[in-house]
Order: sequence, then C-alpha cells, then structure tokens
Amino acid sequence: MFRNVAELVELAESQNVKIAEIMIQQEIDITGVTREEIMGKMDRNLTVMEEAVERGLKGVQSVTGLTGGDAVLLQNYIQSGKSLSGNLILDAVSKAVATNEVNAAMGTICATPTAGSAGVVPGTLFAVQNKLNPTRKEMIEFLFTSGAFGFVVANNASISGAAGGCQAEVGSASGMAAAAIVEMAGGTPSQAAEAMAITLKNMLGLVCDPVAGLVEVPCVKRNAMGAANAMIAADMALAGITSRIPCDEVIDAMYKIGQTMPVALRETAQGGLAATPTGRELEAKIFGIALNKSE
Amino acid sequence: MKYKSVFDIIGPVMIGPSSSHTAGAARIGRVARTLFGKQPTKVVVSLYGSFAQTYKGHGTDVALIGGILDFDTFDQRIPQSLDLAKKEGMDVTFVEEAAITDHPNTARIKMSDGLKEIEVVGISIGGGKIQITELNGFELNLSGMNPAILVVHNDRFGAIATVTNILMKHSINIGHMEVSRKERGEVALMAIEMDTNIEDDVIEELKTLPHIIQVTRMVE
Repeated sequence: MFRNVAELVELAESQNVKIAEIMIQQEIDITGVTREEIMGKMDRNLTVMEEAVERGLKGVQSVTGLTGGDAVLLQNYIQSGKSLSGNLILDAVSKAVATNEVNAAMGTICATPTAGSAGVVPGTLFAVQNKLNPTRKEMIEFLFTSGAFGFVVANNASISGAAGGCQAEVGSASGMAAAAIVEMAGGTPSQAAEAMAITLKNMLGLVCDPVAGLVEVPCVKRNAMGAANAMIAADMALAGITSRIPCDEVIDAMYKIGQTMPVALRETAQGGLAATPTGRELEAKIFGIALNKSE
Repeated sequence: MKYKSVFDIIGPVMIGPSSSHTAGAARIGRVARTLFGKQPTKVVVSLYGSFAQTYKGHGTDVALIGGILDFDTFDQRIPQSLDLAKKEGMDVTFVEEAAITDHPNTARIKMSDGLKEIEVVGISIGGGKIQITELNGFELNLSGMNPAILVVHNDRFGAIATVTNILMKHSINIGHMEVSRKERGEVALMAIEMDTNIEDDVIEELKTLPHIIQVTRMVE
C-alpha cells in the first residue's frame, strides 16, 4: 500500500506499469472485490461525468441564478475561432465549468475529489480526449490515476474546504488532473508527480470563501482556472520541467497552510469574497429566497 | 489512513452542490436512521461550525433529512426532502449552534418516535466521507461504510470475549472494533465493524449472552 507520492511512483516504475494500475491493484487488495467490478464502478462514474458535462453544455441555471450558462458562452466563443489561449485549454475550461454549473443547480455529478471541485478532472479529461483519442479503458485509467494522487492528498493533508481551504479542493483536483493528463499523454510516473507538484504549488494558499456559503461564486470559475492550471502544468512536466520541491513536500506544505488558515477563510462564508459588499448583498437577497422556500 | 478506497476520491455520485455539506450530510442522516432502526417522528438537528454557517446555501438541511428518509447521496428527491418529511408526519427542527467543535462540519441529531430516542453525532470529513463520533453519549469512530453491530452491555470482565467468541464461531472477521464506557462498571458500548454482513441468527445468539443489553445492526 502506498502512503505517499514517492512510494506510488516507485511502485509504478519498479513494476513498469501505469500509476492507474497500482491504484487498481490496491483497490482489489483492500476491498477484495474483483477487477471487473472495480473497473465497472469507475466506468459508471465516468458515465455520470459525461452526462453532467453534456447537460452543462446545453446550459443550466442554479436556483439562485448566481451561476449557469458560462459553459455555453465559452463553447460559442471557441466556435467563433477568435480564442487567444487555444481551443484545447478553453474546451477543458468550458467542460469544467459545465460540470460545476450542473453541481450548483443540484444536478447529479461525481465528486472528484469533492463536489465543489468536481469540474477539473472531467473537464480536462474530455478536452484531452479529442487530442489523444484514448480508448474507454484509458479514460477509466485516467480516473484511477487522478484517484491515486487524490488518495495521497486526502490521507496526508485534506480535501475539505472547511478543513484546508480551496487549495485542498480545487488545488487537489487540479493536481490530480495534471498527473492523469501526463500519464494519458505517455509521460512517466515521475513526470506525473512533477505535474502534480507544479500544479499544487500554484494553488497554495487559495482560500475557501463562497458567497452566501453556496458552491457557486467563486467555485465555478475556480474550477475553470484549476483546469487551465492542470493543462499548463502537464505540458510543463511533459517538456521535462521538474519541481524543485518534491510533490510530497508540496502536499505537506498545503496541509500546514490549511491548518494556519483563519476560520473565516475556510468555507464559513465569513471572509474573502463572501465578505465583500456585493457578496453580502447577494447573501441577503438569496437568504431571503431560501428562508421563504424552507418555511 | 482516513481514506481507504479510490471511490472515496473519485466519487460519490451525488446530487450537488457540496460533497461535504450535501453528500456527507445525507450519509450522516442515513446512518443515524439506520442506528434508530426506523423512520422517526421527531428530529432535532444541531449544526456546528461551517455546517451552522452555510447549511442553507449547501442544502445541508435537505440532505440530512433526505438521509433520515433513507435516501442515498444521488437520490433526486433530496432537494424536496423537507416537504416529503412533512408529508410523512416528521417534525423537523434545525438549531444553529455557536459552540466550537473539534471538526468544522459537525451535526448532532436527536431522533424519537414517542417510544425511544437516540442521539447521534456525525462529522463530514471531506469528499462525502463521514464518521459517527458519538452515540447516546458514547464516543465512537464509525465510518458507516462497513457492516457493523453496536452492542450495549454491562461493563463486566469477559463480556467482550463472549461476543467475539460468537463471531469467531461464525467465521466473521472483525475489521475495526472499539469499546467505550461512561463509567467503570456501568453501561458500555462495543462498536464492531466487520468484513461481511451478519445474519439475524447470530444477532439473536449475541442477545442471549450474559451482560448483553442490546444488539443493533448497522449496514450500509
């Protein structure tokens, strides 16, 4: 059983297999469930992700009206051919946004690793799919590779915004996605770990400050940037760039930053964007609606 | 290790918007209902920390009640659970607590049906994963993900051994076990998580043992 990224990489490289395979083997060992069942369960999760993206790209609105429709705007913009940062990145971003817009609208999603950060992994997966043409099995493996890195973060740090801020949610998701992109593109397990480290370094300190306590503002747009961050970090790692700080130490730094983060900035809607004049105004307006609804 | 399965990370499939505040809350509610054994008629939920601050925005209230109505995390009825509970005659009260708890996402659920009452404390630790940390004043650490039994017994020597002997006889492997008591020699609680489901006849056999007061099954 791997306890950290170094062990995960070592296991994959010594056996000359993908990180996904190490995760699958561990799942078999721990649960005693067959490989077929485990692959089938992840296949169903992948289907939920596909359906969420599809729904989001048609356009959804949350109950509050705070979020929805941005995925459609981005897709239309891509079609216009005027995009500056490139269609693949924008496609990843729009699909990450689509997933989170569905989540905010109380639709069905698959948490990766959480609901608030559920857009990054599928967003990047379905974007790189068009470039790399993976098989269904390889797409399922993408999720196991993401899961392996998320597993380390969850056990050694945190994936909860209330415990560690948004760096623990979108930060973790972004790192997980970057590592999985690298593996799908043919990178080595070490390169996957470098991508995770590079990504997470750029998410350190990110606070969780949702307006009105809703998983909407700024969560949806943080998923957008999480997806973009993952794509760039994956390309950097594939180019041969390494992180001076090893991945496990970055994860540890994230954990310690989370512990010292003020409570106001850990999913309590008391600080940051939630405490801005506009944030407070929206909160008052929305709670008016919510109160009437539940009583 | 807090997280054991890759499906704790890639999953659960759930109704949005928050894995900790919606899916985790639904799971806490559902485990509490399982512990109670049936649908209660009266529910009082006290919310602490981030749960207390943001429960309306996250749908934590509808998720907890959805769980108490026995809905899974992906059940499309969760958004309507408060109305559904009302229709089924369940009296629901939410209390926002200011007290600081060990974990920011904590819910204390009191349930009754006029005959019996239980009090369960659950925490949502992220990604939809939960722990039950207290039952009727006894400290616990249950995930709610594995088959488990809760055995209320008198705190006497040999009480634990008699229970584990029966499990051994039926080839049931214990994955995790805790014992907890309020005072020496008084009532105590064994929480036993197992790798396999436990049959009714084994539960009945456990109930006949000396010093055993109550045996409750808790299955996912």
